[in-house]
Amino acid sequence: MINNTRQTPSSRKPWSLMRFFIGRVEGVSFAQQADVPGEAGEAGDAAIAFSPTGTPLPDLLDTEINAGVPKAALPVRVLKAIREDPRWLFSIVLAVLVVAAIFAPWVARFDPLAYHPAIASQPPSLVHPFGTDSLGRDQLSRVIYGTRISLSIGLVSILIGGGIGTIFGLIAGYLKGWVDQTFTIVIDALLAFPSLILALAIAAALGTSLVNLVIALAVVRIPIYARLARGQVLQVQALDYITAARASGTRTGKILVSHVLPNIISPLLVQATISVSFAILDESVLSYLGLGAQPPTPEWGTMINEAQTYLTSDPWMMLGPALAIVVTVLSLNLVGDALRDRLDPRSWTRLSVGTSQ
Amino acid sequence: MASYIARRLLFMLPVALLVSFVTFMLIHLVPGDPARVLLGEEATPQSVAALRQQLGLDRPLGVQYVFWLWQAVHGNLGQSIQLQQPVVQAITQRLPVTVELGVASLIFSVALAVPLGVVAATNRNGRLDWLVNVTSLLGTAIPSFVLGLLLILIFAVFIRLFPPGGYVPFTEDPLGNLRDLVLPAIALGTGAVAVNLRQVRTSMLEVLHEDYVRTAWAKGLRPRQINYRHALRNALMPLLTIVGLQAGAILAGTFVIETIFLWPGIGSLTIQSIFSKDYPVVQGVVLLAALSYMVVNLLVDIGYRVLDPRVRYDK
Repeated sequence: MINNTRQTPSSRKPWSLMRFFIGRVEGVSFAQQADVPGEAGEAGDAAIAFSPTGTPLPDLLDTEINAGVPKAALPVRVLKAIREDPRWLFSIVLAVLVVAAIFAPWVARFDPLAYHPAIASQPPSLVHPFGTDSLGRDQLSRVIYGTRISLSIGLVSILIGGGIGTIFGLIAGYLKGWVDQTFTIVIDALLAFPSLILALAIAAALGTSLVNLVIALAVVRIPIYARLARGQVLQVQALDYITAARASGTRTGKILVSHVLPNIISPLLVQATISVSFAILDESVLSYLGLGAQPPTPEWGTMINEAQTYLTSDPWMMLGPALAIVVTVLSLNLVGDALRDRLDPRSWTRLSVGTSQ
Repeated sequence: MASYIARRLLFMLPVALLVSFVTFMLIHLVPGDPARVLLGEEATPQSVAALRQQLGLDRPLGVQYVFWLWQAVHGNLGQSIQLQQPVVQAITQRLPVTVELGVASLIFSVALAVPLGVVAATNRNGRLDWLVNVTSLLGTAIPSFVLGLLLILIFAVFIRLFPPGGYVPFTEDPLGNLRDLVLPAIALGTGAVAVNLRQVRTSMLEVLHEDYVRTAWAKGLRPRQINYRHALRNALMPLLTIVGLQAGAILAGTFVIETIFLWPGIGSLTIQSIFSKDYPVVQGVVLLAALSYMVVNLLVDIGYRVLDPRVRYDK
């Protein structure tokens, strides 16, 4: 039914990848196939546009999303998911962004830092789709390198903040008593600060650098995850299997890691997907204000700050970085929402509110 | 009710203490000697020592904190280094500007979100619903500073409808003040519109399935009456919580928007103070922001009990 051998597109032209996609879907029922070509076309175009290395999309998706699942089924699975819920289309956009970030030196056609005064402040053209900035640097190349910075800062700050917060929440929720009460006060105190203001103050006090930016963004995420994890632990730990583990003399650490954590991980993951987008927004705001990445670093917020000077004369200078932020945040939000609905349809709560910009 | 408020205030006390401690510690995050950082490289050892003494940095940390807290409780948040005036005075002078911006953008967000949310919910899965949803998605994805610059570009540069920035106090020129207000309020409020809109839509969808709404239909009431007078009232309850939480985001948003639109409020004061290393001002703003955010959320919880009889009779 579905061909298990690996194929790669014979050329880099969009239609070959499209045909490749459609070819893969042949085994699927007729009804499912009806919608496929258009979507496959979009997906294929997006992949080609950002992937001059010619890396075939299915390979990337295999490694990105679904390690360990039979490989050839994946494009079909992705298409099926998109058919059921168009929001998953944006997982492809995300994959493209991740690829652009990882392979930035190959994807970008120009050096993001080299000055070329001769071609300064050029409007968008075929060679420079987002134009060039006041120093003649290609805006598209800078945007592509910016993907690296934004995605990695977003991810790392969430990993650190979310990790620490989860550990706090696990311990507080499981041990209860005075430990829990103390933790709750600490969490409440951290939540009392509007997150961006706290991040701003920490970044300002530590001094402007990318590392300090990550620290600031990580700290403000800790209470959110701590509270979420604690709430989940309180629900889970009353269940029989935890009591059983406790009765059989399992050590607390082991219970937490191998019994409690796996059962509370999905809401945390959903929260993580959504808060990466908040972290990226916050990061761009701080950099825009001059408190994060510093010029000449090709960071989106910093680039918009630089473009602002030429707002009236060369307004298109903002185009690239602004578009990059919007597309990235939009994709993360949509995929996060879709993930939340898939993992737990009931959890339509206000997890993500109040942490925005 | 009174006992509820009293209990909440009692629980707020340790949290507020910890908030003040975190704020106090911010200045100690500054690498090296804060006094030297504040005065710059060319400062004489004498002036550094004098400032250390003025800031109380020569005393043990615990003593410093208690002293700082004691002063803060009595309304003294220290002296601004750059402005040569007390921090509290610097903040209260600029408070009306920031409050005007924040309140205007909150009003904008609610005024736009409620009708749009109702339209989306009553046309569920229709074209209007789709349009409203897509707009709200974009609204959450556009950072306020990008939107602000975009608005300046369109409505101040291309079409010269509004000024690109600046601020006139309402008392001096009411009309000019409102003209100055439009773009910043939209830039700041749009993110909140998106969130509120989704909330109104979701809770409207829940409420529209309730029995009393069906009764209203059966009675032959007009759809507008059912949607707005019967359903919306109950659907608005959750919005209150969200707006309370948004107060923090809006407050943080004023920092960026005031900087872009050159408003002389607390936000731009903070950003300037950060760059001139005027840490007492930053500290004061952070403390007051956190405390007012706490108070707003307390008021929201109290408001909930006042507005919703079911909650009121709980305890």
